[in-house]
Amino acid sequence: MAAATASRSGLRSALPLLTPAYLWLTVAIFLPLSAMVFFSFMTELPLSGKPWAFTLGNYAAFFSQSLYLTLLLASLRLGLEVTLWCIVIGYPAAYVLAKVLKGRSREAIFLLVILPFWSNGLVRIFSWAMVLREGGILDTALNAVLPFKINIDLMYSYPAVIIGLVHSYVPYMVLTCYLTLQAIDDSLIEAGRSLGASRLQVLKRVIIPLSMPGLVAGAALIFVPVVGSFMEPRILGGRTGTFYGTVIEDQFVAVFNWPLGAALSFILLAVVLVILAVASPVLRRAA
Amino acid sequence: MAGVQVSDVSRSFGAHKALDDVSIDFADGGFYALLGPSGSGKTTLLRQIAGFDFPDSGRITIGGESVERVPVEKRRIGMVFQNYALFPNMSVADNVAFGLSVRGETKAVIETEVQRALDLVQLGKLGGRRPHQLSGGQRQRVALARAIVTKPRVLLLDEPLGALDKALRVDMQIELKRIQREIGVTTIFVTHDQEEALTMSDRIGILRDGRLVQEGPPEEIYNRPKSEFAATFLGDANIFRGDTTGDGIRLADGTAIVAGVGATLAAGAKASCAVRPERIRIATDAGAPDGNPNTLKGQVSKRIFAGNNSTYFVERGGQTLKVIVQNTGMERLAEGQDVVLRWSPESTVLIAVN
Repeated sequence: MAAATASRSGLRSALPLLTPAYLWLTVAIFLPLSAMVFFSFMTELPLSGKPWAFTLGNYAAFFSQSLYLTLLLASLRLGLEVTLWCIVIGYPAAYVLAKVLKGRSREAIFLLVILPFWSNGLVRIFSWAMVLREGGILDTALNAVLPFKINIDLMYSYPAVIIGLVHSYVPYMVLTCYLTLQAIDDSLIEAGRSLGASRLQVLKRVIIPLSMPGLVAGAALIFVPVVGSFMEPRILGGRTGTFYGTVIEDQFVAVFNWPLGAALSFILLAVVLVILAVASPVLRRAA
Repeated sequence: MAGVQVSDVSRSFGAHKALDDVSIDFADGGFYALLGPSGSGKTTLLRQIAGFDFPDSGRITIGGESVERVPVEKRRIGMVFQNYALFPNMSVADNVAFGLSVRGETKAVIETEVQRALDLVQLGKLGGRRPHQLSGGQRQRVALARAIVTKPRVLLLDEPLGALDKALRVDMQIELKRIQREIGVTTIFVTHDQEEALTMSDRIGILRDGRLVQEGPPEEIYNRPKSEFAATFLGDANIFRGDTTGDGIRLADGTAIVAGVGATLAAGAKASCAVRPERIRIATDAGAPDGNPNTLKGQVSKRIFAGNNSTYFVERGGQTLKVIVQNTGMERLAEGQDVVLRWSPESTVLIAVN
């Protein structure tokens, strides 16, 4: 009883601090999202002046055409692959930043990790296009060094999409893992080794379990937006870059079928939530 | 189990000489304290023995085997850290089992050994707890159990009692000593607490600025310090400085002090005498001479009552001397009173000044 009263009075005093954030979230996210839910059940967009009616057809479309499910699975696979590459590339970097480098050199390397955040997303993607295309920077550089002629044309391919997305999202993994790794006391590593564990055993049994929250947070921050991504697939993937996200984008900007686009978005949201719900108990146990 | 020999070990960090040509012999089964102020190199020395850091030069052997380039995980040592360093993601039993499990012992062996180690530190029933559910003293015991369960050749302790409050620390000192006797492991113990070093160890090594100042049994170092630093760092001491006379020193004002123990020095050299505060007798009048040649007159400037004893601060010729008197219920001396101090040559240690 006493505890409940205390927490209620705590909430009351916290209210002025919470209100601005929740007001903003309501206006900026909840209301437009509600409108989108509403649209997803309409036959036509009411803004065009055409007659409209309620329908479940937009949701039925997802199930009646196998294309949407195929693309959704492709997007989930893309999200999984990008997340894995971000772990493979980002975790060691975070480890070195947190446990090996000190002082100035740490600051410098940190800056390099954060740098992609400070550049415009579109500029980033187009600079990759310049690197990856046939006769581009990578192609020219390799041919200048190698004695034989090779032809690197990664542009408009699945690997190009992966490269672009990993580049955009790897800082999230580095930052979340850096934070949890830095919180691990160095004496834990020393204790493990004094007990006869090799560096690899210490990594496996002490460091990775203790940094699991950072890995999970990073994975969630990367997986969700990558599954719905459309800019990188469209620009770097070209013809092969058709994913669930690009189809949704098409509905909004090309076909102007907002109701279908909204319905597809909410199906994606539901699928992602189910995946996170299923994964969270497993991940919590691992952490 | 095994002895540890450290021979001519030096280690520098940049321009700072953390260890400067240190040699110590830690005999098999002994309990050693490495004592020194912070920055004296005692922890650096422990880390060389553990293998977390390698010396620039010199040799380290454990059980006769040269280890100065062997990484820590291959040295078969046990270590207890100042902050305990228990793995927060594991239960108490899993923490203790860690060393056996990375070695690939069978489940049955691990279970028996872990239980035996937990029983030894009197935590037999807490195996299922998490480290954060334990008190400081209990964590300390888990850290100890984890370090000894692998039957290490040497047990290294880095200020293991520093984070405990005083009453618990005294309990743990006794406990640690009991466990060490029971398993007989060579133990090297870093501390800056002189009382801890005196009460627990068989031998003490005093370090200062990366050098070994003196090494020996606690009583020997306490009764026959070889330097002013050793005299004042291990226990308390009154230091008199003057010129050697052959059997003592002559102070600047001409007073002679006769020393019965310590260095043998040629007359005329600069030297000091160290006298422990509890060895000096304090009286209100000159009285009859009691045969002690060392007599000084002074004036009580302050008295600190500490229950079982009192410390008197006596002003004499611009120097403040400390005298500790057991509380026998006799008269107390007032501040400002003129007193006579007397002590025997056997209580006076002659120390060379270099």
